[in-house]
Amino acid sequence: MTAIGFDDVTLTLGGRDILRGVDLAIPQNAFIGVLGPNGAGKTTMMRAILGLIRPSSGHIRVLGEPATRGHAAVGYMPQTRGLVSTAGLSAWDFVASAALGHRWGLPILSATARRDVERVLDLVGASSLARRKLGALSGGERQRLLLAQSLLGTPRLLLLDEPLISLDPRYQQAMVELVRGLQRKLGLTVLFSAHELNPLLAALDQVLYLGLGHAALGTVDEVITGPVLSRLYGSDIEVVHLRGRIFVMSGDHPVERHDPNQCRSHAESHAESHTRHV
Amino acid sequence: MFDYDFMQNAFMAAAIVAVVSGVVGYFLVLRGQTFAGHALSHIGFTGATGAVLIGMSPLWGLVGMTVLGGVGMGLLGEQLQKRDVAIGVVLSVALGFGLLFLHFFTAFATQATALLFGNVLGVDAPTLWTLLGLGAACLAGLAVIARPLLFASLQPELAEARGVSLRLISVAFLALAALAVAECAEIVGVLLVFTLMVGPAAAAQRLTSRVGQGVALSVLLAWAEAWGGVALAYVTDWPTSFWITALSGSVYLLSGLPALLRDRWNHSP
Ligand SMILES: Nc1ncnc2c1ncn2[C@@H]1O[C@H](COP(=O)(O)OP(=O)(O)OP(=O)(O)O)[C@@H](O)[C@H]1O
Ligand SMILES: [Mg+2]
Repeated sequence: MTAIGFDDVTLTLGGRDILRGVDLAIPQNAFIGVLGPNGAGKTTMMRAILGLIRPSSGHIRVLGEPATRGHAAVGYMPQTRGLVSTAGLSAWDFVASAALGHRWGLPILSATARRDVERVLDLVGASSLARRKLGALSGGERQRLLLAQSLLGTPRLLLLDEPLISLDPRYQQAMVELVRGLQRKLGLTVLFSAHELNPLLAALDQVLYLGLGHAALGTVDEVITGPVLSRLYGSDIEVVHLRGRIFVMSGDHPVERHDPNQCRSHAESHAESHTRHV
Repeated sequence: MFDYDFMQNAFMAAAIVAVVSGVVGYFLVLRGQTFAGHALSHIGFTGATGAVLIGMSPLWGLVGMTVLGGVGMGLLGEQLQKRDVAIGVVLSVALGFGLLFLHFFTAFATQATALLFGNVLGVDAPTLWTLLGLGAACLAGLAVIARPLLFASLQPELAEARGVSLRLISVAFLALAALAVAECAEIVGVLLVFTLMVGPAAAAQRLTSRVGQGVALSVLLAWAEAWGGVALAYVTDWPTSFWITALSGSVYLLSGLPALLRDRWNHSP
């Protein structure tokens, strides 16, 4: 059985097609890296899988059922913004708010739910953070709490939207390894979106690359090629393999950018920093 | 001072309102919607003056307008609620209408002062029962939505994916907040609603990082400040609302001390 099936799916936002006529069969029990430039539709696609956006045409099936909101077997880690007003809350309360948080009534957890919170904190190695305030945690530690929330209950599919955002290369590697380990241990299907391919290379089973309304799914060797990516970027793309790393080049510039604020003219020094991070 | 009926009523009214504002205020602060709460009270002022003008009780005008305003703000959507400019415009227009109603009804000056700055010493037995009923309704409603409300406040995207309707929660919460604001205005007046709704809750959030303890502390602080205000007013003959604001402000300032001292302690060798 496939974990996620797209049947001729078109996703439209504000009158613009983000994905157009996409067919996909994402296998179960796999670590899928979701890549594509800013605005390619990675977040939109995850929201559609969650049932938050209805396809303007076509059908999405998730774990054998039509995509609907609140599917108990789908865990989600949203692309994060700052958690400003909640900075004074404890990490435990933050994670616990998501434990059956959709039910009506008082936010008092049963013993079972409390054990579940302990379990997911332990899974992501964040048990020691439980008493700390959110505002006193590093970005990487907060990302782990978000990952913990996505593991509450019994998910079989995890949608992780940019878990590497604002992490330094070492923390990125730790995050990827953590998720890969959980994916294997719990037998999960993981969609892991990112802006860079290289941090994911060792963990990936398949790549799902988005661009210009199209999607390409397959192994790295099948998808990360000049012809496939040229179609997704709408320009001539060259793929350069260098010391076990892969650079997607448009002309002389790498198109994946580590830091969105970095401007194109710095592309050279940027390529250098890529190589340093081995 | 407990020999007088009006003092007994004042203490009971203050207690009811403190509990309601302490609980609702906690979520208002958590959601970053304190300014919306402030605006609701101003909208309520227009409702109250309008009600008096057509011969109705100001409390019901207050309740009606704040709840309407709360539902309206909720329906306008997540983003708009936090847009301070839009809220600011609405509240000044509302206050302007309140002023106009005041102009049409000149004998209204003392009632206007009571509305603006509260008059807890003037609470009679029927009003007390109304406050109790409204407060109970508000807390009962909050007890129903508290869990998804907390979830939606801390992790809106995830809550939405789990099936929580952010719109429904937002509208329901602002309607309940409007009830609390109307109650609160009865004690400290529409201009000073902040002092019981926001002061204790914000202080509580500085003092504890746990939700349960935070709500409890927020209630305790609001209650202590309200009773302290009534008692001090009795002793000094100064306005109750002044004392409540003074206590609320002091408590908020003091609530920053533990963190400050901790930092000092950590920084000194
Ligand atoms: N509510 C909306 N209405 C209209 N257009 C939208 C809306 N939300 C997103 N879009 C557009 O849809 C496109 C895809 O956005 P999406 O957030 O899915 O991209 P993404 O691949 O996740 O990008 P990023 O890497 O920056 O996170 C963007 O061009 C964006 O401007
Ligand atoms: Mg995105």
